[in-house]
Parts: sequence; structure tokens; C-alpha cells
Amino acid sequence: MKRLALFVVILAGLLLAATADDFPRLGDAGSAPSRHVSPAYIQGSLDQTHTPNFVTSVLADYRGFDTMFETTVVFLAGMSCFFILRALRRKSLSEVYYYRHKPTGTVLAMLAPRRIPPRSSCFERIDADWTPQDLVVETMCLFMVPFVQIFALYVLAHGHYSPGGGFQGGVLLAASFILVGLSRDLRTVEWLLAEKKAILTAAAGVCIYAGTGLLALFLGGNFLDYGAFGPAFGAAIPAARSMGILCVEIGVAMTVMATLVTIYKLVSSRGTVEEGL
Amino acid sequence: MGGLLAGFADAFHYYAYFAIMMIGLFAMIAKTNLLKKCIGLGIFQTAIMLFYVSMGAKTGADIPIVNPATGTADPAAYANPLPQVLMLTAIVVSVATLGVALALIQNIHRDSGSIEEDEILRRLRDE
Repeated sequence: MKRLALFVVILAGLLLAATADDFPRLGDAGSAPSRHVSPAYIQGSLDQTHTPNFVTSVLADYRGFDTMFETTVVFLAGMSCFFILRALRRKSLSEVYYYRHKPTGTVLAMLAPRRIPPRSSCFERIDADWTPQDLVVETMCLFMVPFVQIFALYVLAHGHYSPGGGFQGGVLLAASFILVGLSRDLRTVEWLLAEKKAILTAAAGVCIYAGTGLLALFLGGNFLDYGAFGPAFGAAIPAARSMGILCVEIGVAMTVMATLVTIYKLVSSRGTVEEGL
Repeated sequence: MGGLLAGFADAFHYYAYFAIMMIGLFAMIAKTNLLKKCIGLGIFQTAIMLFYVSMGAKTGADIPIVNPATGTADPAAYANPLPQVLMLTAIVVSVATLGVALALIQNIHRDSGSIEEDEILRRLRDE
């Protein structure tokens, strides 16, 4: 079996290698991918959308329809994770709940949960495989979180002028939540961004994107043609396009952030969102 | 011979991408561990991303953000933004689909107690 696979792979590799001569040379400015629409994007972006970053203007304006469905795919991936792990889960995974008495370090194992308030002063809920954590690591990770989030918002809002945008900002925001989950525990993440809230945020992001497109439709333009905002709100058409790009980028960031946090929570806890990494 | 070598040097990066792609494809076909198959998928996707982004490279070009000193009259002054846009979304979507794959693997492990493909098949036949 392995030999057959190796043979097939080498054959496919040789066939691909035989076509390498037909691809454009590295760094060729006149190659086919750089000839048709690409020059129009580069020459038109600044005048048409007031966006110096071509990648942002192509992503959210020229190819906005494509990006809308990419965002929907990310949202659907999060939802399918939810349905695979959470909705189809069996109840028998975590029946025992462990509570640690903070002053003495005694651990109680309980079959019926919620006898002790979850955030009481002297007891804390701990994972089954709990070990004493390093205070330095935990404190430093939590110290980093606000800076990561501020940088994420900068990347999101400054995507018109520098490398960045909704996808990158959303991933950074998700990384800050995952950092909390890694340094503390999963229940802290659940307390910060509850599961229901996260899924609603992801859905709201897709709705903001599609709603921006529909608003343009109602104002007399085409779907996702942000130029229609110009006459309606008394702005120049390029400035209106720039604002439309910012709106959809915010929607993308919300969806990506909430989806990645949801996937992390579900996958790391086998769908229980009780104990995990 | 010299011409052949020059041709190889011109297309060298394409051979590298094909090699990476075939490593990923081999992992997806030949490995029986489902997690290793997912890693192979990731390697395959990386090769595709490198391939696309290299298509947009231009000799002596700037990053695809307007440089006020150059202006936008000459498209050859900036790297092609289109492949970068396509790969930007592909990276995020690949992370999300990897999450779905991991969720499915967890359910397979819960139901059959293994993530080795032949082990799962053997247990299914025994039942």
C-alpha cells in the first residue's frame, strides 16, 4: 500500500515537474496573473476607494462577494464544530467535579456539581488533571492580553493603510482569548466570552457583512457596491467606499474571532467546555 | 546542458513547491493515523499558498501598498495583490476547516477508541 502510494505520488510529482517550464518566471512583471485585472486594481484603488493598501481594497471591495462567502465558510466551520462535538456529545464524559480549598489545598471530588458556588472565595473549581501552576507564567500571559487586543484593534482599523484587516485582526483577538485559556483554564475563557455570546457574535459578523451589501442595494446601487452610500450620506464616492470597506472588515473580524475561540473551546475540551487545556 | 541548467534554475522554486506538495499528498494517502493525514493536508495547503504568492512576485517591486514617491501609474512597481488576497482568505478558511477535521477525529476516537485507520476498520469488521 505504501509502495503504491509512493509510486502514485512520484508519478504525480514528475507530471507536475514537467509542466514547470510553462509557468511564469519568478519576478516576471508581464506574466499572465499580473496582466489582466491586477493593473486595474493597482492603478484604480487609490482614486476609486481611497485605500492605499491594494490587498484590502481588492479583498473587501473589488472581490467583496468572494470574501463574503469566505466569511460564511468560517462561520459554518464553527457551527459544524459545535454540532459535531457539542450537540452530539454523550453526557458521561465529566461526571466528577473537583473543587480545591484554596487555603489548605485540599481537593474535594463531588458527584453532584453546583453545591459550591462556582466563584466562591475559598473554593475553586479545578480540572481533573490539575497541577499547581506557575504564577509567573500565568501573570505574564494575562498581562500580555490587553496589549495583544489593542494591537488587534490597530491591525483591524489600520488595514486601509498598512498590512492588516479583518481576518488578521480577528485572528489576533482570538489569540488573546486562547492565551487566557492556555495560561488559566477554559472556564475563564467561557466566563469572558460565553459560548452563546460567541456564536451570536459570529452570526452578527456575517450579518454586518451581508447587511452592508443589502444597504447598498436599498440605496440604489448593486449588492456590495459601497459607492451607493456616497449620495445617501453626503460623502464623496471614494470616501463612501472606504467606509464600506471598514464596515465589512469589522464584520469579518467579529466572525473570525468568535469562530476561532469557539473551535478552540470545543476541540480542547471534547465538546464539554468544562475542562480542557 | 547549460541551457538545461539555466531552465532548472529559473523554475527551481516551482520544483520546491511540487516537492512540498507531494510530501503532503503522500502523508494524506499513506499515513494511517488520521491526525497525520491532517498534518499532510496542512503541508499540501502550504505548498499551494507558496505557489500562488510566488506568482504575484515582480522583480524590484514594492509591497502592494501605495508609495507616494512612486505613484500608481506603473503597475510593475507593486507586487500583484490578487494572489495575496486569495491566499489571505485561504489561510483563515484552512484553520477553520482544520478545526472541523479535529472535531470529527475526536468523535471517531470516542466511538471506536482509536485514530489509526486500520485499527478502526478492524474494529468495525469485528462488530
